[in-house]
Amino acid sequence: MNTAENIAENIEDTNMHKIIPFPSPLRIHEDKTLRNNSPVGYRIFKDKLFKCLVIILSILSFLPLLLVLFHITKNGISVINWGFLTELPLPIGEKGGGVFNSIIGSLILIILSSIISIPLGISAGIYLAEKNKGRIANIINLCIVVLQGTPSIVIGIITYIWVVAPLGGFSALSGGIALSIMMLPVIIKSTEETLKLIPYHLKEASLALGVPYYKTILKVILPTGLSGILTGILLSVARITGETAPLLFTAFGNQFLNYNILKPIDSLPYRIFYYAMSPYPEWHTFAWGASFILVMIVLSFNLIARGISAKWKVQF
Amino acid sequence: MTKTDKSERRFTNIIFISGLSIIVLLLAIFSTLLIASIPSIKTFGIGFFISKHWDPSLEKFGALPFLYGTLITSIIALFISIPFSISISIFLGEFFREGFISNFLRSSTEVLAGIPSVIYGLWGLFLLMPITRFIQTSLGTTPYGVGIFTASLILAIMIIPFSASIGREVISLIPADLKEAAYSLGATRFEVIKNIIIPYARSGIIAGILLAFGRAIGETMAVTMLIGNSNFLPKSIFSPANTMASVIANEFAESTGITASSLIYIGLVLFLVTMFVNIAGTYIIKKISLEASKEVT
Repeated sequence: MNTAENIAENIEDTNMHKIIPFPSPLRIHEDKTLRNNSPVGYRIFKDKLFKCLVIILSILSFLPLLLVLFHITKNGISVINWGFLTELPLPIGEKGGGVFNSIIGSLILIILSSIISIPLGISAGIYLAEKNKGRIANIINLCIVVLQGTPSIVIGIITYIWVVAPLGGFSALSGGIALSIMMLPVIIKSTEETLKLIPYHLKEASLALGVPYYKTILKVILPTGLSGILTGILLSVARITGETAPLLFTAFGNQFLNYNILKPIDSLPYRIFYYAMSPYPEWHTFAWGASFILVMIVLSFNLIARGISAKWKVQF
Repeated sequence: MTKTDKSERRFTNIIFISGLSIIVLLLAIFSTLLIASIPSIKTFGIGFFISKHWDPSLEKFGALPFLYGTLITSIIALFISIPFSISISIFLGEFFREGFISNFLRSSTEVLAGIPSVIYGLWGLFLLMPITRFIQTSLGTTPYGVGIFTASLILAIMIIPFSASIGREVISLIPADLKEAAYSLGATRFEVIKNIIIPYARSGIIAGILLAFGRAIGETMAVTMLIGNSNFLPKSIFSPANTMASVIANEFAESTGITASSLIYIGLVLFLVTMFVNIAGTYIIKKISLEASKEVT
């Protein structure tokens, strides 16, 4: 309540007594030349000025974001054709070629990381939703916060030490593991939050019918919250599809088509990085094309996730 | 023990173990980083952060240039982004709380925040770099194009949606009766924002800035592409430099022995700093939302 008193004082400071309670239209007309100099007019002017400033700054900050989209569409769409989507990269100097290996590689990496992180993430989410009062749950929550904020490059180092060094080389598997560590916190959080929203009487009704606890969770609670969990999974996939840093020293990149998960594999973000840092203008246009594909994939994951959560929202 | 009881126990064990595995994962990350960086910690000790020579051929390592590069890019990025992110949070949290504009802008910020950082890097490489080069030629300095200034610009663009969404949430948590009391006393909207909203939301806005800072220091790809990768202490705001994340991205794949260990040492510091920043930011925000929920009831 302190703040309310403060404002009362402030308003008194700015000559509150000069405000005319019910000004007649005539009076306003008379004062028109004076109004800008009067305190009330000044205050209103300041208010308007501030509103303009906020709107201008907000629009300005949207500008670069829209510019990014615009340039990617403008420079990318001209590169895209059937060959770009279905051919392998060619050495510099030869015309044509595409990023087929990177698209397949990204797909394999997404599947690998989903296989690892979805079961673990959902069951950890169930644990947090069911036992959210205990000390262990608090520690897990803290760990999730830390894990979510861990820089992706650190996860790359970790996976290098854990997987790449023992296996003796870069591999798709290590890339998948690195990405699955990045997916985990998002899946756990969304599962937990969805399951917490489900009303308790649903669970009670099931238990009252004599259904065992684990069946209640698996057959009643989990299907009810499916849309929220699915949204979380899609958002986490959208997040990792564009990740480059953890792949630099795990999946590494590969000029050729590769289905073997123990060999290095290409991915769209890595290819963009590789092409963008190269000195050849032809490869720069390829980078724009690959960026366009990547942005389309990421945005469509995001939009599908939004669509799911809007259409099948848990409502009671 | 019946069959159901067994399944019951198995289910409880499975969810408990997967919950526990998150803690184990984090502890394993920390201890792996610590163990792998021990050779470097033993050789260089605390002097690692004071020495400014990074020379893999002589095996002399000091992380001061990278520490400095990280701090300076993140701080400049924060200063650029703060006015913008606060005005977006006021715009969405106070002026246009509901309706088409608000929904459209809110979802577009969230979607645009999902654009991968490598794409921001590509964009910066071909659009921000010429701008910086133009500024540098008009100032009469060497037109590198890449450097601290360009990296800070791209970082600022990348963290605006993030801190703005936190700011918006905090501002919309402010109890309506406080604002209404001020309006009933005849305050204008600007005065309400200045005297009620900003003081009330101050800690939340600071938490948002803190979390954005955590993002900025860990950001790798866009910065790696735009900072110019120089292992020397930067002389001016336009000179090329390296951040902690970008030096790891550039050198880790080819490094062995003490070089790798030193890079992991940098990674450990990065991990600890972001950990601290994230825990502090999340703690503040949680406290605010708890207080807000108490005042409603």
